Amino acid sequence: MMGSENQSSEVSEPTEQMHNLVLHDEHDNDNNDHNGDDPLGIKSYSNYRSAMSTLSDTHHPLADTDPLLSPPSPRRHHFPDTSSYIDPPSYNDAVFSPFNGAASSVDSPSGSSDSPSFSGSRSPTSEYIKITVSNPIKEQENSNSIVPGGNSYVTYLITTRTNVPEFGGNEFGVRRRFRDVVTLSDRLAESYRGFFIPPRPDKSIVESQVMQKQEFVEQRRVALEKYLRRLGAHPVIGKSDEFRVFLQVQGKLPLPTTTDVASRMLDGAARLPKQLMGESVIGPQEVVQPAKGGRDFMRLFKELKQSMANDWGGSKPPVVEEDKEFLEKKERIQELEQQITNASTQAESLVKAQQDMGETMGELGLAFIKLTKFENEEAVMNTQRVRATDMKGLATAAVKASRFYRELNAQTVKHLDTLHEYLGLMLAVHGAFSDRSSALLTVQTLLSELSTLQSRAEKLEAASSRVFGGDKSRMRKLEELQDTIKVTEDAKNVAIREYERIKENNKSELERLDRERRTDFLNMLKGYVVSQVGYAEKIANVWTKVVEDTGGYVKEST
Amino acid sequence: MKMSTAPYDLEQQQQHQRSGVAASSQSPRSPSSSTPFLSVSVTDPVKLGNGVQAYISYRVITKTNFPEYQGPEKIVIRRYSDFVWLRDRLFEKYKGIFIPPLPEKSAVGVLKFHMFWFITAEKFRFSAEFIEMRRQALDLFVNRIASHHELQQSEDLRMFLQAEEETMERLRAQETGIFKKPSDLMQIFKDVQSKVSDVVLGKEKPVEESDPDYEKLKHYIFELENHLAEAQKHAYRLVKRHRELGQSLSDFGKAVKLLGASEGNSLGKAFSELGIKSEILSTKLQKEAHQILMNFEEPLKDYVRAVQSIKATIAERANSFRKQCQLAETVKLKEIDLKKMKGKGCIDLKSWQKLSANIMRQLKTESEQATKTFESIVRLMNEEIGRFQEQKTLDMGIAFHEFAKGQARLANDIAGAWRSLLPKLEACSAA
Repeated sequence: MMGSENQSSEVSEPTEQMHNLVLHDEHDNDNNDHNGDDPLGIKSYSNYRSAMSTLSDTHHPLADTDPLLSPPSPRRHHFPDTSSYIDPPSYNDAVFSPFNGAASSVDSPSGSSDSPSFSGSRSPTSEYIKITVSNPIKEQENSNSIVPGGNSYVTYLITTRTNVPEFGGNEFGVRRRFRDVVTLSDRLAESYRGFFIPPRPDKSIVESQVMQKQEFVEQRRVALEKYLRRLGAHPVIGKSDEFRVFLQVQGKLPLPTTTDVASRMLDGAARLPKQLMGESVIGPQEVVQPAKGGRDFMRLFKELKQSMANDWGGSKPPVVEEDKEFLEKKERIQELEQQITNASTQAESLVKAQQDMGETMGELGLAFIKLTKFENEEAVMNTQRVRATDMKGLATAAVKASRFYRELNAQTVKHLDTLHEYLGLMLAVHGAFSDRSSALLTVQTLLSELSTLQSRAEKLEAASSRVFGGDKSRMRKLEELQDTIKVTEDAKNVAIREYERIKENNKSELERLDRERRTDFLNMLKGYVVSQVGYAEKIANVWTKVVEDTGGYVKEST
Repeated sequence: MKMSTAPYDLEQQQQHQRSGVAASSQSPRSPSSSTPFLSVSVTDPVKLGNGVQAYISYRVITKTNFPEYQGPEKIVIRRYSDFVWLRDRLFEKYKGIFIPPLPEKSAVGVLKFHMFWFITAEKFRFSAEFIEMRRQALDLFVNRIASHHELQQSEDLRMFLQAEEETMERLRAQETGIFKKPSDLMQIFKDVQSKVSDVVLGKEKPVEESDPDYEKLKHYIFELENHLAEAQKHAYRLVKRHRELGQSLSDFGKAVKLLGASEGNSLGKAFSELGIKSEILSTKLQKEAHQILMNFEEPLKDYVRAVQSIKATIAERANSFRKQCQLAETVKLKEIDLKKMKGKGCIDLKSWQKLSANIMRQLKTESEQATKTFESIVRLMNEEIGRFQEQKTLDMGIAFHEFAKGQARLANDIAGAWRSLLPKLEACSAA
């Protein structure tokens, strides 16, 4: 019964009256709310899920229609979000300086929450990087396709503004397609094992079929922007060659694509070391990756040289101790993930409840507006006009309160979205941990391989020493074996180094996670609390006026 | 003229009862033995009986110095159907007066928006909230009657307030009356509504008043009901929203507390505090939901019921008008009839004169009576509508005031609770 209500019929009639009523109010600045169909924006949050994902980012669905929102402040470097439109809640200005004292690049005029540091700025040297994804265009694959109309795909314009020295430039733009993003993500996963690499947007095969093309493209655009910004915010990955090349190099993306179909399909599936699948020798160059069918080792060599140089002289701590510390941390992370998930779910319900409250308050206001109009039109007695005035007061307050609830909700979504962000990050953490375990597996496999080979060599030596003068073929075998042992020894060493490297990455990343999470969560709490205070005060004011205006009735009745 | 108040706040109500309700023609004064007063309260709802036959009984306490009443205080036990009996009797006897409305028998009206109302209707019937709401509405009902200068003189009222339970039972059983349907207010008024609509729309015989002001009033009353019902519906939904927000805030608080435990150190503490505040605010939201239900939604519902009662009076007036016209017709026709009879010569002149005089006298008396009744209804309605409008402005003024007060208080509580967290959060980041 309730659910089947047709809202627009209730809303469209009194729109005019609402404008008239509302226009005459001093405090009200919603003079040109042209969204005639939906003056309160009641329908705009119908899918709060999308609100959660889109609102916290660039595109505020109400931005075009709600004139309460001033254009985004140019000072904000990351999300051109629309929080600056709140005339600062009175408490804000008095009490708060920007929350993250260090970062001067993000200046929040309203004092509300900054974007989370994983996507925001955190560099003490005021480095910044701003990435925008825009302008999706459908293009044709101009291959020698017999089929006319060939393969079409969408490219996005990716513009970057930065002062990070590694980029050697301030502003540049390229066109990329989603496939390029997948390539970037794969290359990063190979090169930055052990790091918490932000997960890339899904390929969403099903969604791309089911959704409207426009909607899908927009959704993807938003997701890409988020992803690239997160990459940019990572202290290591944001300065990586792969990332730079992706953002800067015109034309075709000069990164090797993943040609191995199997590994592309088994995104993240467990991969067995090659040696267990029957091949004989592992070259040292192969151990820097969890064994898979990849072909490109050029860059791996580079990394290898790099990592060997870095780790040279680094002491290897006793395995057991560190492992224990790591295991504790891992457990803690898992517990944390559970709690964040839970909190995130409840946050969604909270947002929905706030949204509903605002909607119903608005509908109540509208109903009273209709009553006011009715009483005024039909009045034959003065008392009716008096009542109509009282109703108008209530209606105006309800409509205003409804709008405040809606605005508050936009803020809440933005702040509590931090929880969502960290959930996404947990995926990256899992990835980094699995890098570690597969590297360890490689080491262990090699160690056991080595010990097998050595015992074989010993046996051969023992056997051949009994034969005086030596067995030519046995000698040859021994030589070969010793060569193999040498190679395997090298591989083992490299594998160990790789493992150590990954452990270090894990460690530094965990520290960074703890640091940044603390800041981000504190900012989230502050942002949430501040906006709650601000809007509660506004709502209280609105109702206090009605209390004053109707004060006479209470005296009369006692 | 001092209007009988609509004290929805329990405290105010009790105060009201204690000070007594003066006869409305006199200025309010503390009741002395010389000032006539009649003060009633409906209290102590008690569930009696079992299963399907279970019902609620109420204590009705009367304090008065009216000479016809057993004073100064009398307590009787009454149930819902007794109130219905009183309403029906008053409606029958005091045509033209807007009889104060009764709350619905079952919670049908309230539960219209409840998804599983069939299943929960029974449960709800005895829920504490429903029982209290109904008690208040019944109390209001009787008090309005007791403070109405005409209705308070009703013999039926006296019976209701004074008669022993057995007598009341007998009276209830005797009630054949116009309303043969089970005492369901909605049903009665639905019938009346269709009858009145038919009359208004002219579907029945076109015997209608042609008073343009009255037409306007009828149209106003019908439209008003629709508007009010909508407002009331949203008010009820708002109650639900408060409850839902309270619930999610509580769940959120719990989740945040767990997260805080996971985090540990000062951040964990911050989360913990947030969780605690959330739970506190959740309780306040639940309280406010109840307040809105009692002090805002219920008055709106009461308003709707009052309008429905007026519609019943409108129907009565239409009936009465029709009757008056019919009798006037009948008088004319009878005169013609009698003349014909005289002309036919089947009866001697002297007998005819006697017969004619008797018949005409009787008919004319009836016709005059009908006219008097109708005119009385018109006169009373004119007085009543003025009183009604004034009263409703007052009632709504109070309701809006209470509602706004509650909302402002809630918002201030919310602001205060969150504000108290800020220094702690500030300390956390400084650390």
